Amino acid sequence: MTQITRRDFLRDGVAAFTVSFAAPAFLSDIARAQGVRSRNLVVVYLGGGNDALNTVIPYQDPFYRSRRPAIAVPAGQVLQIGSDSSRKALGLHPRLTGLRTIFNEGRLAIVQRTGYPNSSRSHFQGLDVWGTANPNTTSGVGWLGRYLDTLPGPVDALWAWNATRETPRALVSRTVPVPAIPDARGYSLSSANGGVEAQNERLAATRIASHVSIDRPYLSFVNGSIAGALATLDRVGSVNTYVSTVTYPNSGFALALRTVAASIVRGIGTRVFWVQTGGFDTHAGQGNAGGGAYATLMATFSDGLLAFYTDLRNQGLLNDTLVLQFSEFGRRISENGSQGTDHGAAGVMMAMGGMVRGGIYGTAASLDPNPANPTLENSGGDVRHETDFRTIYAKVLDGWLGADSVAILGGNFRPGAPAII
Amino acid sequence: MARENWQVEHLLRRAAFGPSARTFDRFDDASLSDVVDFLVEYQRQPDDVDSYIGRSDHVSVTTRGGEFAPNTNIDDARQRWLFRMVHSERPLQEKMALFWHNHFATAYSKVAGFAGGLQGARMLALKPGDLPGPPGQIELFRQHALGNFRTLLLEVARDPAMVVWLDGRTNVRGRPQENFGREIMELFTWGVGNYTEQDVYAAARVFTGWNLQRVPANGNTNDPATYHEFFYNAAQHDTTAKTFTFPIYADGGRTIPARSAADGMQDGLDFITALALHPETARRLARKLWHFFVTDLRPPDPEFVEAVADEYLRNNSEMKPVVRFILHSPWFNDPDLWFTRYSWPVEFVVRAIREVGWTGFSVNAAMQPLTNMGQTLFEPPDVAGWELGAGWFSTGTMLARMNFAATLAANQRFNLTRATGTWRVSPDQLLEFFLYERLSPAPFSLGPYRDLLSYVNTATPWTGSDAQVNAKAAGLARLILGSSEYQFV
Repeated sequence: MTQITRRDFLRDGVAAFTVSFAAPAFLSDIARAQGVRSRNLVVVYLGGGNDALNTVIPYQDPFYRSRRPAIAVPAGQVLQIGSDSSRKALGLHPRLTGLRTIFNEGRLAIVQRTGYPNSSRSHFQGLDVWGTANPNTTSGVGWLGRYLDTLPGPVDALWAWNATRETPRALVSRTVPVPAIPDARGYSLSSANGGVEAQNERLAATRIASHVSIDRPYLSFVNGSIAGALATLDRVGSVNTYVSTVTYPNSGFALALRTVAASIVRGIGTRVFWVQTGGFDTHAGQGNAGGGAYATLMATFSDGLLAFYTDLRNQGLLNDTLVLQFSEFGRRISENGSQGTDHGAAGVMMAMGGMVRGGIYGTAASLDPNPANPTLENSGGDVRHETDFRTIYAKVLDGWLGADSVAILGGNFRPGAPAII
Repeated sequence: MARENWQVEHLLRRAAFGPSARTFDRFDDASLSDVVDFLVEYQRQPDDVDSYIGRSDHVSVTTRGGEFAPNTNIDDARQRWLFRMVHSERPLQEKMALFWHNHFATAYSKVAGFAGGLQGARMLALKPGDLPGPPGQIELFRQHALGNFRTLLLEVARDPAMVVWLDGRTNVRGRPQENFGREIMELFTWGVGNYTEQDVYAAARVFTGWNLQRVPANGNTNDPATYHEFFYNAAQHDTTAKTFTFPIYADGGRTIPARSAADGMQDGLDFITALALHPETARRLARKLWHFFVTDLRPPDPEFVEAVADEYLRNNSEMKPVVRFILHSPWFNDPDLWFTRYSWPVEFVVRAIREVGWTGFSVNAAMQPLTNMGQTLFEPPDVAGWELGAGWFSTGTMLARMNFAATLAANQRFNLTRATGTWRVSPDQLLEFFLYERLSPAPFSLGPYRDLLSYVNTATPWTGSDAQVNAKAAGLARLILGSSEYQFV
C-alpha cells in the first residue's frame, strides 16, 4: 500500500505551481465595450418534446382528427392565423391567446417542421443535438458556447445567464463559465460570521478562488464558478428591486422571464439568456377538446411570453430583444392509448421580438399515413423536417449576434434560412 | 482523527461518505482489503441505523408539527435518507442506493401527482414492515444495492413508482405506450445505438398490462394504510409475437413468441433477462461505475470497461464481485486519481456534516441548500438522472455549497472551538488542525494555503482566546468547505 506522510502531502501540495489573475475592476465597462449594440437573445426551451401539431394546428387536415380522435383540438376552437405557403389552414392552440396577439402585431415568426435528418427520439440525445448543433456530436461545447468562445476576452461573467440549475449543452463553452441563476432572490452570500469577519471571509474566498492551478485544471474550473459567483452577486442583486410595468403570471417560467426583463432593463451586461419550462413529455393525459394538461402548458408558455413582450415594449426595449423557442423533438402524429403522444421527429420553432418579421414560415405536413407521403417519415408515423434548425441558428448568429455562423456551426447553413429577422 | 492512511481515506470518500472521527480511529491501521471487506460485506454490520434517529449524539431530524413520518411524508423520507448516509455502519449500501437512484431516476412529483403526496412518499420510501404494502423504490435499491442487476431490473419494472413514472399504467393492448419500453433500453441497460424504433414499438408491447392497483385499507382509499401494488392486467396484454432486431434468446432467437394472456408476463421476463445479460449492458454499467468510483476526469479506460464487464457477465450480473473488483483494481487505487471525482451535492453535504460535526444540527437544514446545489433526493430532473461531473458546478450551485458551508460552520462554531484544543496556540497550528485533523480536502497549493493563513491572521494579533477561535474556526471551516479543493472526492 502506498504510504504518504503528512509531510509529503504538504510538500507535494505546496510544490504545485500556481499563478493568479486579477479580476477586472470594472466588469460592466468591459461588458459595455463588448456590446454588439445591446442586443439580447433569450432562448426558450420547452422541455420534454413539444407536441407541435397541437401547438400550430393543421385543423383542416382530415387525418389530424382521425389520427388524434381524443386529443385533437376542435376546428371551432383554434385561433386562426391564416394559411401557410402551401395553403394549409393553420390555427394556434386555443390557450395561445398571448401568442396570437404578438402574431397579429407582426412580431412572431412561426417556423414549421424544423428538425434534422435522422431525428433522435431520445430526449437526451435530442437535446444534445440541438445543443451542439451537430447531429453527430452530442457532447462537448454547445452552439452558444462556441459563440461565447469567439468573443474577445476577458468575457464578462454575466455575458450569458442560464435560468436553470444545470448548464444546458448549448451554453457549454470552452472559455466562459455561464452562471446558473434560477432565481435572483436566492443569489446571495451567507457567512459563518457577521460584521467585519464576514467581509474578511468574502475577501479570503475571493483570493483563494483566484488561483489558477496549472497541474490541476479541474480545481481552476471550480474556482471559476466561485469567482464568477462572487463577482456577479452585487449586479444580480440589483435586479431584485425591479418594478415591472405589467403583472407577470405566477409560474416559474413567467418569473424567470420577469428576471430576464429586469436584467435587460437594469443593463447588467447580459446578452444571452436561457429560460426553460418543462412538462412537455406528454405520453399520457394530454387532454381533449383543447383542455387538460397540454392546455395548461400552452397557457403557461403563452401568458408568460405575452407579459414579457408587453413589459419590454413598455420599457422601449423590444427592438433589442429576440426570443427563440425550440424543443428537442415533436411528437408522433397518432395519439397513443393513454390520450398522449410518444416521441416523434420534426417540431416547431418560434421567434419573437421587435425586429422579427412575423408570419408563418415553412409548410405544414400532410398527415396522410400513406408511407409514400414525402412530408412524413417512419412509415407515416412522424413528421419529417423541412427546415434544418441550424439554418435558424445561422440566421440568429449572423443577423442578430453579429457573429460568424459558418465558423461557429462548422458549416454554411445560410442558404435556405427563413428570413425571420 | 488524523490523516495518515491516505489510501483508506480515498476508499472511504469514494465507497462511503468520507471519514469521520469514529471511522478514522477504527481504520487508522487497517489494510485496504480489511476496509474493502468492511464496506462490501456490509451485511456483517447491523441494519439498525434508523433506530438511532432522535438520539442526542447523532445528527437531528426536524418534524413538521407532528410525528416524524418518513414513510408517508417525502421531506421526512429525505431526512431519513440523509440521516442514514451520515450514520450508517453500511455506508456502501447507501452509496450504491444513491447510484441506483440516479440510474433508475424516478421523481416524486410525478408519482405524487398521480397518487397524492402520502401515497407518493410511500411508493418511493416505505420501509418494509413499517406499514402494509410493498417496499418503497429506494428500499429496492438498498436491498439490491450489491445484489443481482437482473433481479433489480425486474423489481424496478414491477415497482409501482416506476409504473407511474414511465406511464406503464397506460400501456395497453392495441395502444402501446412507449415510454418505459424506450427507457429500459436507452437508460436502464445498454444505451442508444443498440436498437431501432421498431424495437421500441416491440418493447412497449412486451410490457402491455404491467400495471398497478390500489389496495384500499379498511374499505377506505384515503386510509393511510391504503397502498398501491404491482398488478399484471392480463386482459390488457398484447399476446402476439414480438420480433426484435437483436437476439432475445440464447439460441439467437429474436422473436418473443405469441403467448396466452395468462402467461404474458413471461414476455417481460425474457426481455429483461436478454437486456440484463447483454455484453453492451455490462459495458454501459462499467462505464457508469468508472465515473462513480474511479474518476470524472478521464474517459473510461477500455481495459477497465472490458475487465469489469467480464466480471459482471461471469458472475451472472451479480454486483458485489463487480464492485469488489473495482475497489481492488489498479485504476481505483491510482494515487493520480485521488480527488478527481466531482462530489455530488449529497456527498458534499454528508461528508461536511461527518467532518465538521453534527451535535445540535438537523439534516433538515440541508434540504433547501441541496435543492439549490441541484440535487433534491427523490426528485431527479428527468429519467436520465442528474448531470454529473462538471455539470454539478455553476455559479449558482457553488454559491449554494458555500452558503451551506457557512450555515454548518456557524452552527458548529462552539463544538469546533472546543475540538481545537491545543491546536489554537497559533494561526498555523489552527490551520493545520483543520487541514489534517478535522477535514479532508485535496492538498492546498502554496497560494491558497497562504490565503487561508492570512485569513486567520487578519485583524487583531493572535491570542487564541475563545472569542478569536470562535470566529476563526468557523470561518476556516467555511472557507475550506467552500474551496475548490473540497469539491472533489
